[in-house]
Amino acid sequence: MNAAFWRAYARNKGAVIGLAFLALVILLAVLADVLFPDSPWDMTTAPFQPPLSEGAPLGSDTLGRDIAAGIAHGARVSLLIGLTSTAVAVLIGVLLGAVAGFHGGWVDDAVMRFTELFQTIPNFVLAVVLVAIFTPSLASIVLAIAIVSWPPLARLARGEFLSLRNREFVQAAVTTGQSNLTIIVRQILPNSLSPIIVSASLMVATAILLESSLSFLGLGDPNLMSWGYMVGAARTVIRQAWWMSFFPGVAILLTVLALNLVGEGLNDALNPKLARKGRA
Amino acid sequence: MMTGVPLLDVRDLTIALPAGAERPYAVENLSFTLERGEILCVVGESGSGKSMTAHAVMGLLPKAVRVASGAIRLKGADVLSLPEPEQRELRGSRVAMIFQEPMTALNPLMRVGDQIDEVLRYHTTLDRAARRARVVELLASVGLPEPDLLRRSYPFRLSGGQRQRVMIAMALALEPDVLIADEPTTALDVTTQKQILDLIREIQATREMAVMFITHDFGVVAEIAHRVAVMQHGRLVEIGPALDVLTRPQHPYTRQLIAAVPHLIEHRDDDLAERKPVLTALGVNKTFHVGGGLFRRGRHVVAGDDISLTIHQGETVGLVGESGSGKSTLGRSIVGLIRPDAGRILFEGVDLLSLSRSRFRPYRRHLQMVFQDPYASLNPRHKVGDIITQGPVAFGADRHAAMQKARDLLKLVGLDASAVDRFPHEFSGGQRQRISIARALALEPKLLIADEPVSALDVSVQAQVLDLLEDLRHRLSLSMLFITHDLRVAAQICDTIAVMQKGRIVEIGPARQVFGDPRHAYTRSLLDAIPGKAWTQPHTAPEDQRQRDGMTHG
Repeated sequence: MNAAFWRAYARNKGAVIGLAFLALVILLAVLADVLFPDSPWDMTTAPFQPPLSEGAPLGSDTLGRDIAAGIAHGARVSLLIGLTSTAVAVLIGVLLGAVAGFHGGWVDDAVMRFTELFQTIPNFVLAVVLVAIFTPSLASIVLAIAIVSWPPLARLARGEFLSLRNREFVQAAVTTGQSNLTIIVRQILPNSLSPIIVSASLMVATAILLESSLSFLGLGDPNLMSWGYMVGAARTVIRQAWWMSFFPGVAILLTVLALNLVGEGLNDALNPKLARKGRA
Repeated sequence: MMTGVPLLDVRDLTIALPAGAERPYAVENLSFTLERGEILCVVGESGSGKSMTAHAVMGLLPKAVRVASGAIRLKGADVLSLPEPEQRELRGSRVAMIFQEPMTALNPLMRVGDQIDEVLRYHTTLDRAARRARVVELLASVGLPEPDLLRRSYPFRLSGGQRQRVMIAMALALEPDVLIADEPTTALDVTTQKQILDLIREIQATREMAVMFITHDFGVVAEIAHRVAVMQHGRLVEIGPALDVLTRPQHPYTRQLIAAVPHLIEHRDDDLAERKPVLTALGVNKTFHVGGGLFRRGRHVVAGDDISLTIHQGETVGLVGESGSGKSTLGRSIVGLIRPDAGRILFEGVDLLSLSRSRFRPYRRHLQMVFQDPYASLNPRHKVGDIITQGPVAFGADRHAAMQKARDLLKLVGLDASAVDRFPHEFSGGQRQRISIARALALEPKLLIADEPVSALDVSVQAQVLDLLEDLRHRLSLSMLFITHDLRVAAQICDTIAVMQKGRIVEIGPARQVFGDPRHAYTRSLLDAIPGKAWTQPHTAPEDQRQRDGMTHG
């Protein structure tokens, strides 16, 4: 993680653009309160104002709320949910994958069957059911997204652990009397991190999409303005007022695209051998 | 012999490496000739440019590497100045190559007969039936049994030696004038190596071929070469008849290489009987079950069949055998990486196999292991200091004191103490193996298990690491179990030799006895297969008649 890493990363132009756009979104989320000090739920102008009108640069919605303010505050929600739910998913996935891969045998069998149980249920349906049961709130949405997203990470971590487990430097750690926990955390985990980071970065994008879909269906946190909610609320008037669903939709599209580009760039920089094969 | 144009004439060949490589040229101003009917051995350590030279002749250089100047003439025609299709035609039919790893050189999805057939289909006008007859004939000519059946086998069904024979058959398909062999026996067991060397020599003699044989092993050179070219850092340092180079090396580098070749001499004391045993293995059994599933029985591989062995205080026991003989399994069982099915392993009177995980742990520090691959055995993300101190810290040592000791240990194994702050990738293979040894010594073990510790190293580095191990065991009065496939290495360092075959110890005894008067037929065949056994290395003294008579070929 140094100069060489950044040089490898910068070789992928798309990844640099993605990172720049992502930085912009983060800045927007951080400065939302400064740029739009009023609550995004406040009616600030007349309803159905088209873009570039007075007091509403991106137009206003059916109740006269500022779309631009909604996007800025929605960025916070999208990023917050994307990042925290991915973090929780990584925690669950890597923990289970590490245990399964390190111990092998029946532990591995049990954990992997459990993982497959989750993989057989369609992601989105499970997420909808979970949010509906726990009543929509920030915490329940994060949890639901994490619960449907961890299985691929568990499989990935298991594979990495399984192959690293039999490497000589790990065996050397066993013979020098290091405990299992030390071996997992200090010897194996750092060496299996690259592919996990790459897929986690892509998972943030999926999480943002999932949150948008949930909000679109009206299962978002009722106290938080989110991009998905904006698209969902505006869908009935899409023929009269295209801008109400267009701008939040573009925000989702570009953010997810940027995250995918960053993920690809990380993949190139962290797995240089794979990257070269792909580009030759 | 030097009549007319030589068959292959390499003149002032310089091969440029891409910018940013270790050195500007892989090969510099290389000139040599290869005549019909001779075997030229090109010898050098890794990075000497010997393989690059072969690849340049074959037109197989990687894209980033190019021939900067010089000429490669085949029967007088300058290959490099010809247009690409003609180059290919010339090389395809007149020059053939065999590689080090026959498994990766053969297409795993094609029957071996079809792979040879393909060569004939592209380059000859033979019809189907004639090609089939030719394939069978070729397979028979390289000594493969039942060629008509074997033709329909896939590569994975064949052993390493058989695969290499198939590769040779394929190379011979178009009756080339020049055969380039790039370390063709390095991946093979010693007895198989002998068979392949015999085969190459025989084919070369009957077909009057010219062979360019690339190797790092002077034993193989003594076995097969007519002439020898020694390369170092891309330059030719010495070339001449095999007899001259092997017995009267002129260049200091050649002398150094020859001196580093482990030789079959023992100077060991046999009086180990009264020393107390450190470790005793009794009736150790281990069977691996490969493949199989719920409804299918897998294959059984016996890696340990009633193994009994005693290692005394200060003794080095060599465990020798070919790949798959189970020698590593025993080593790993002792350090607790593998659990044997039955038997006892007694360390200072305590049966290690009867202990639970936690009760075994205190014994770990007395039993330390040095692994084969110095590139895989060090965690690439940890600093050398951390790698060495992790063991002692796990056993409750103070971090600071452990780090101080790590510095001392690095000095002991011949590295600078400042190495503690560097990462493994900054070191060469030999240096990494020294770090690996320092890590094992950090726990002050009573028994060191060295699993092929020098087989991944160049011969001169190998000699240094062996010297280090020899020095350490005297200084620290270590007992050692030394696992190796190379009998010459075992002869240099071991007091006692145990010969393993298919999971059994077939012969065990003092090194002098096992090498001087082998009892078991398998031991005899192993000793017989050592390349260059008839060659006595010249020492600093001028060569005498005996050594010249000792040469079998040349």
